[in-house]
Amino acid sequence: MLSVRDLTLFYGDAQALDGVGFDIGEGEIVAIVGANGAGKTSLIRAVAGMERPAGGTIRFRGADIAGWPPHRICNTGIGQVAEGRQIFPSLSVMENLQMGAMLPRARKRFRQSLDEVIALFPRLEERRDQAAGTLSGGEQQMLAIGRCLMGRPELILFDEPSLGLAPTIVADVFRIIRRLHEGGMSIVLVEQNVSASLRLSSRAYVLENGRVVAEGASAELANDPRIRQAYLGL
Amino acid sequence: MTWELAANVVTGGLLIGLVYALMALGLSVIFGVTRIVNFAHGEMTVLAMFAAVILFRQFGLDPILMSPIVAAGLFALGYGLQRYLVAPFVTRPEHEQFILLLAVAFALTNGMLIVFGPEAQGILTDYSFDSYEIGPLIVDKTKAIAGLISLVVAALLLGFFRYSATGRAIRACADNLIGAGVVGLNVPYLYALTFAIGAATVGVAGCLLSIIMDATPVLGPELTLLAFIIVIVGGLGSMTGALLGGVLIGVSEALAGLLFTPSLKSMLSFGLLILVLVVRPQGLFGKSGAR
Ligand SMILES: Nc1ncnc2c1ncn2[C@@H]1O[C@H](COP(=O)(O)OP(=O)(O)O)[C@@H](O)[C@H]1O
Ligand SMILES: [Mg+2]
Repeated sequence: MLSVRDLTLFYGDAQALDGVGFDIGEGEIVAIVGANGAGKTSLIRAVAGMERPAGGTIRFRGADIAGWPPHRICNTGIGQVAEGRQIFPSLSVMENLQMGAMLPRARKRFRQSLDEVIALFPRLEERRDQAAGTLSGGEQQMLAIGRCLMGRPELILFDEPSLGLAPTIVADVFRIIRRLHEGGMSIVLVEQNVSASLRLSSRAYVLENGRVVAEGASAELANDPRIRQAYLGL
Repeated sequence: MTWELAANVVTGGLLIGLVYALMALGLSVIFGVTRIVNFAHGEMTVLAMFAAVILFRQFGLDPILMSPIVAAGLFALGYGLQRYLVAPFVTRPEHEQFILLLAVAFALTNGMLIVFGPEAQGILTDYSFDSYEIGPLIVDKTKAIAGLISLVVAALLLGFFRYSATGRAIRACADNLIGAGVVGLNVPYLYALTFAIGAATVGVAGCLLSIIMDATPVLGPELTLLAFIIVIVGGLGSMTGALLGGVLIGVSEALAGLLFTPSLKSMLSFGLLILVLVVRPQGLFGKSGAR
C-alpha cells in the first residue's frame, strides 16, 4: 500500500532521515519505534508532505507522492494523528470535526462519517459546542483521532498517540487503534512506548539517528536481546 | 455650542467611523490569519477610491452601485499579491515582510501619482448635498449610506467567518497552522483567499469613502496609519474590536474638529492610541497575553 525508499530529510544542515525505507500492506499495522530524536516525527511529516524530503520515493498505491503538498496527500487517503494532537483550540469540537472533513474525498460523506465518529467517541457529541482547548488531554486525543477519521482515510499515521496521557487513557487509545485495525484500517504507529506498540503491530521498524537499524515481525523483535536491552529496559 | 450641534457632529463621526472600521477590518482579518501586516492598506483603499472616481467620471456610474465591481478588482489584486509576492515571505523575519509591503505601498502611491496626478479628486453625485432630518439631527445622505453599508458588509464578513465552511477553515488556519496542514487544508490557497477578502473589504470601504472625501494619492499613508490605530485600539485580531475602534476614532476625530480645530483630529486619535496602550495594551477587545 505504502512503500518508502531511501528517504532523506534535512533541517538546514542537520540530517534527520538518512535513507529510510519501510513498507506497509493493506490492512496492516506497522510500528516504527525509536528513542526521542530518532527521526520518527520527521518520517511521519515527510510522508504527510509537511516536510519536503531531499531525496527518495514515497509510493502510495503506485503514485510517487514525495514532494506533494499536504492537502493533496491527505486527499489520496493518508490521514494523520499528529504528535501533540494539533487540534484547533478555539474552535468548537464540532468545528474541529468539520475541518477534518474539508477534503474533497470526504465532504459528501460528512453525515455518515460524523455518525461513525460519534459512535466511536460518544464523549465528543456531549461536548460538541465546547471549545476544543477546554477538553482534557484524553478527550483532545479522541478529538484528534475523530477529526482524522472525518477525512475518510485508508491509512492513518499515528505519531505518539499515548504521549502525555494517563495510563488508563493510554490503554483506551491503544484499544481504539486495535479496533480501527480490526475494521480494516491500515496503520503506521509511531511510538516511544515500545512494548505496547510491539504488542499491537504485526511488523516493526527500529529507527536510530534517522536510519532503520532493525526490522521484522514484532513478536520476534520483542524477543531480540538487543531490542529488549535498548528499548524495553530488560 | 448647542447640544444639537454636538449630536450632529457625533452622528457624522460615528457614520464615518463605521467606514474607517470597515477598512480596518480588512487589515485585522489579514493580520489575524496570515500574521502579515499589510503596510499597503491605506494605499489599497486610495486605489479603490480612484477606481470609484474614474468609473463615475468616465462612465457616470454610481460609486455605491459600483462597489461590488471595485471589490472584485481588489479581491483579485489581493489574491495575486499574497499568492505570488507575499507567500514566499510568510515564514521570513518580520522586518523583511515589513520592507516588502512598504515597497508595495510606495509603488502604489507613486503609481497613482503618475496616473492620477497629485490633485484631490472628488465625486459629486446628485445626492451629494442631500440630508435626512431625524428629529433634531441632520444627517448627510452620503455619510448615512456609507455608514449603513459599512455595517452591512462588516456583518456579512463576520457571518462568513462564523458560519461558512471556508470561513471556518480560515479561522482554523489562524488557530493552529500545523493542525491545518494535518487535516489537509490547502493553506496557501486559504491565505491568498484571506488576503483577497481583506483587500475586497478595502475595495468597498474605498468606494464608500469616495463619496465622503476627495481621493488623492498622498492620503494612502494617512489611511494606513488610521487603520493601524483602529486595530490597535480595538485589539489586534479582534473583529468586533476593529469595529468599535473605528467608531471610537471616527467620533473622536469629529469631536476634535468641533471642540478644537479640524487639524487637531489626528492628535486626538494618537492620544487615544497612547491612552489605550498605557491602560490596556492588548486593546479594548484584545485577549491579554495573546501571542
Ligand atoms: N523543525 C525542526 N528543525 C530542526 N531540527 C529538527 C526539527 N524537527 C526535528 N528536528 C531534529 O531532527 C531530529 C529528529 O527529530 P524528530 O523527527 O522529532 O524525532 P522523534 O520524533 O523520533 O523524537 C532531532 O535531532 C531533532 O532535533
Ligand atoms: Mg516525535
